[in-house]
Formats: sequence, C-alpha cells, structure tokens
Amino acid sequence: MSIDKEASREEMVLAIVSKYKEIPGPLLVVLHEIQQELGFIPPEFIPGIAEGLNLSRAEIHGVISFYHFFRSTPAGRYTIQLCRAESCQAMGSRELERHAKKSLEIDFHQTTADGQITLEPVYCLGNCACSPAIRVGDAIHAHVGAESFDAIVNELISEKVEVKN
Amino acid sequence: MANIKVYVPRDTTACSLGADSVAVSLQHYFSNNDIDCEVVRSGSRGLYWLEPLIEIETDSGRIAYGPIGPNIIDEFIAAKFWKINKEHWSYLGVVDEIPYLQKQQRVTFARVGVIDPLSLSDYENHFGFSGLKQALDMSSQEIVSQIKDSGLRGRGGAAFPTGIKWQTVLDTKSVQKYVVCNADEGDSGTYSDRMLMESDPLCLIEGMTIAGIAVGADKGYIYLRDEYPLAFSVLEEAIVLARNSNFLGENILDSGKNFDLEIRLGAGAYICGEETSMLESLEGKRGEVRPKPPLPAIKGLFGKPTVINNVISLASVAAIIVNGASSYQNYGVNRSRGTLPFQLSGNIKYAGLVEIPFGATLKDLLYEYGGGSRSGRPLKAVQVGGPLGAYLPESQWDTPLDYEAFASIGGMLGHGGIVAFDDTVDMCAQARFSMEFCAIESCGKCTPCRIGSVRGVEVIDRIKAGENSVKNKELLLELCDTMVTGSLCAMGGLTPYPVRSALEYFAEDFESGS
Repeated sequence: MSIDKEASREEMVLAIVSKYKEIPGPLLVVLHEIQQELGFIPPEFIPGIAEGLNLSRAEIHGVISFYHFFRSTPAGRYTIQLCRAESCQAMGSRELERHAKKSLEIDFHQTTADGQITLEPVYCLGNCACSPAIRVGDAIHAHVGAESFDAIVNELISEKVEVKN
Repeated sequence: MANIKVYVPRDTTACSLGADSVAVSLQHYFSNNDIDCEVVRSGSRGLYWLEPLIEIETDSGRIAYGPIGPNIIDEFIAAKFWKINKEHWSYLGVVDEIPYLQKQQRVTFARVGVIDPLSLSDYENHFGFSGLKQALDMSSQEIVSQIKDSGLRGRGGAAFPTGIKWQTVLDTKSVQKYVVCNADEGDSGTYSDRMLMESDPLCLIEGMTIAGIAVGADKGYIYLRDEYPLAFSVLEEAIVLARNSNFLGENILDSGKNFDLEIRLGAGAYICGEETSMLESLEGKRGEVRPKPPLPAIKGLFGKPTVINNVISLASVAAIIVNGASSYQNYGVNRSRGTLPFQLSGNIKYAGLVEIPFGATLKDLLYEYGGGSRSGRPLKAVQVGGPLGAYLPESQWDTPLDYEAFASIGGMLGHGGIVAFDDTVDMCAQARFSMEFCAIESCGKCTPCRIGSVRGVEVIDRIKAGENSVKNKELLLELCDTMVTGSLCAMGGLTPYPVRSALEYFAEDFESGS
C-alpha cells in the first residue's frame, strides 16, 4: 500500500474520531463507522483512536475483541453470515454449515483462497419463520439449502468486479 | 379506473422471499401500461408461509394473494390480479378473514402489515399519536399509574412489571434521566421486535416518548442489533419524520416538554440483550454484565436513572393510554395480563406471528395455528423463550401460556419465541449447543458462566462417547446447579435449563451410539 493511501486512511479515521468524540459513549459508533469505511479496524490506528477519545489502547483493543462483528483483518470481497441458531438448526442448518465449509473449503472466520468469500457464523437474523437463513451484505436469504447456497455463491463470484476507490 | 392501491410488504422475511423484486416488477408493469395502480410498501402481517403476500384495496376490504414470489410474477400479472381474479390459485379472499389472522387479537400489532410504516398520515389515521396527545395532558403519576394498572409486564423475557419500573425512575430525583429501548432481539425463534420496528416504527417512537414524559427523561436510545439492517433504516427514517412534525424534539406539540432519541447499533454480542451489559455497550465499553444492585432504574445509563424496556413493552404503551388500563387488563389470565405476540419458528408449517391473550396452550399454537411440522414428521420437542428456554416434550404442551404456569414446569415464555423440532432432532446435540452457545457468548465476567459452559460441552461429549456415563451425567447436573446458582446474570443462570430438560425428557438421545 502506498504511503499516500495509508496517510489518507489515517486521516479518515481521525476525522471519524473527531466527528463523534463529543457524543456520550462514542467508541462503538466510531468503530462501526471505521469498519463501514475500511472493511475492518486496522490495529495500527488504535493508538490514534485512543488518543482522540481519551481512552487507553487496551480499552479500544478490549472493545474490538469483545464484539464478534468487529474485525482486525480485512474480510473477503463478500461476507456470508450463516445462522447457527436453534430455529435454523430445526430446518437443517447443521447440514448447511457442513456443506458451506466443504464447498468453500474454509472454516468459520476464514476467507477463500481467491479472497472472494468470508464465512462467519451468526446467531439469529430474525428470519426464523423461513429458516435456514443466511445474510450477504444487507440481503437476507430464506429457506437456504445446499443447492440454493451454491447458487447464491455462484451469483456473487460471477458478478463483475466493481472498481472500488 | 380509479387509483388502486396494491400493497407489497417491505419486511426482512418478505424481502428474503423476493418482495423487493416483486414490487419493482409491479411498478414497472403498471407505469409501462398506464394502469392506475399504486404500489405501497406496507409492513408484513406475519403470515410468513404466504409471503410475499400481495393485497389490493377494495370497497369490501383488502383482498390478498400469496405467496407471490419473483419466479411467478409474470404469470401473476397476466392474471390481471388487480381486477380481483378469484380464480387464481393464489387468491386468498379478504385478508382480515384469513382464519390465522381473524382468530388473533392484535392489540400491539394492530397497525402492523396494515399501514405504510413511513406514512405519518397512515399512522395518525390508525390512532397513531393519540396516546402521546393524551399523555401530554396527564400528570406523570397518572401515566405511570395507567401502565401499572394495565398489568403490562416486560415483554423482553424477564416479565418485570413495567409500571413499577417506571415508578422507580419517576421517584428517583435526577436532572438527567434516560429511556432505553432494548432492541437487541437475539433469541433464536423471535422476530416480533424486528417486525414491529420495520412495520410500525412510529409506534415504538410514540411509546418511548410517552415513557420519557412519564418519568421525566428527555433523551432516549434504541439499542438495536446489527443483524437488523432493514429495521435500522426504517427506524432512522421514522425518527426524522416524527422530529419534522414535532412529535419528537423540543417543545413537543407545544407542550413545553422535550424528548429526542437516537439509535445505537450493537455489534453481534448476544449478551448485550442483558440490560446491564447493554448499558455498558451503549457507553462504548465491552458488554460486560454489571452486578445488581444498583438497579438501572436508579443508577443506569451513564449512572443516571434509566427506564429500560423491550420494544414490545414500549410499543404496547400508547394503546394502553388510548384504550385505558382496564381494556388491556381484560385480556389474559392470572398475573399474565394483556396479549403476547408469539412467534412460531423452526420446523413448523405455518410459521408466523400470533398475537393472542395469555392463557391458550402451546398445543393450540403448534397445531391450530402452526399446522404441525413443516417436514410432515411428528413434532418431538419445542423450545420456548429463546436459547435459554427449556426444551418441552409433548407431555407439557398442554401447559397454559402464562408466565407463572411456564415457570412452574421449569420453562419460561420469555420473549414469546417458539421453535419446533421434528423427530429427527438429536437432543443431546441440542444440549451441547446450548453450552457451546453460552461459551461463545459469555461476557466472561463470572466464572460459572465462562468456565462452566466450556466444561459443559466437554462433559456432554464424554457422555455421548459412553465414557463413565452415569457419573458424567451426575457431574453435568451438578455443573448445571453451579451455573444456575452462581452466575451473575441469566446467560449462565438459564443455560442449564435447556440442557437439563433435554437430559430429563429425552434421555435416550444421550446414550452412546444413539
């Protein structure tokens, strides 16, 4: 990564920090926005966040590592959240989980070798009337079985690569 | 032809079944062919096996068709459904006369699926903001007394009387107080909060505002789980709508009273549904449980007196003010008053939202509403009240749906989620998952929960492997006792319930080789 790009990322992080530092209890809001922008929370920015919010580095790290949603490393181009909770289990999510891991050749919290798909577990998407459910981006899919899972994955990886700034 | 309204739900589950694409296809077709039909994005009625459920407004009520997925939309359009095609296979007749809906008493969910969630005029035409207007003319004590008299108990799961909580906050002197809505609906098998927020967000906003006026709080937070992206965007829009029309903000409706609110997103931690852990999270910290006392009503968010209520509790408030405490109190049985929106989930044929008064039986819900399993196989176990609720065998399905009746059989109604399993389920695997889930989601503050859950998984694995089975079952039960009596909050304290019930009622699944 070029030095310029790194510098502009740091500027963005600090801008987010100063945007929210006056609100009560700002840390989660700040982390959400950083992850929204960068896809993860690069550990090298923790000292800057800590200084801006008048917290210790340990506190920032403690919060990032406590919440399942926050990442310290980049995810793949797409993240698939697969529901492991009881309602989905009642409709075959254990089999779906095995199938997903086998067909993508990864375990939970890992990314496929081509960098396309990250697989994450999730505990309920509120779509329990039509289990099993998975989430990709903000889209939630119902009644997902092995076949429809493959179809969703194929559609994702065959989409044209968008040029991202 | 006069302008005809065609309703297509915008709700997470309806959208997961293709409702967005259906709405777009209909809009295109109507505009390309100069047909005077308007597509309105309503919420969902919660009859999920019929989603996407399309409704047409007529003089004799709304006519429904369903399920209309994107794969059959061309055929559906070709059937000229907007002219009311009774011959079409998906024709369901007047929506309010569908038995599943007709048999319910929708009090809190009266507007859900009916109105456009982001139309202030729709909301007001259906008694919206009447509760707030009335509350503005009442004293704080009058509002709190109404809620107390209604018998409303916390719908998040703990079932603590809402009015008593409000009274404590009202009686605690402080310049700053808060109202926090717990919208961290993490229990598997539950989605009533999500539905309410997506399909009638102004109802929640109105309820929170009434709570604020009642206890003297001018600031509210909705702690929403990150897993609900649609609820987030709908709520955000609804807050702006309410603020722009002075239902929120300063000097609400020229009353001299102020209340405003903000949404804060969780980050995928189940424990943050526990109220003190949620407060920590709102303050920007790790979601670790706080010991009680002090009660959050006395020392809550940022150390100030705080009303913490679940979405459904707060959404029930306006109707109680409008219709009076006794009207709500008249529903239900014993100490469980009012209605509860039950959610049928898992392996069930007619999964959906059923709002009925307390007192029916689980069997009524599973068969009269649910129609039995979706797989067609016999039902074997039902988990009521989320991942911390007991697994109930068929012999207990006659228990009345009432907080105390469920507690007396070692179960809990919780937030009203009901997850059905057919006879292919391995109850030992379910018990193991309960412990595993606790290990993953424990905040780590207390030892029985943090370590006990890990040991629980190990012991269950040994039982299943046939290692010293009798002794290990004893050990598992002792471990459960330790967790129940020694944990700081319900996470470690209730995890043993599904485990013990699985072992007690489905012992055969714990035999090695089974």
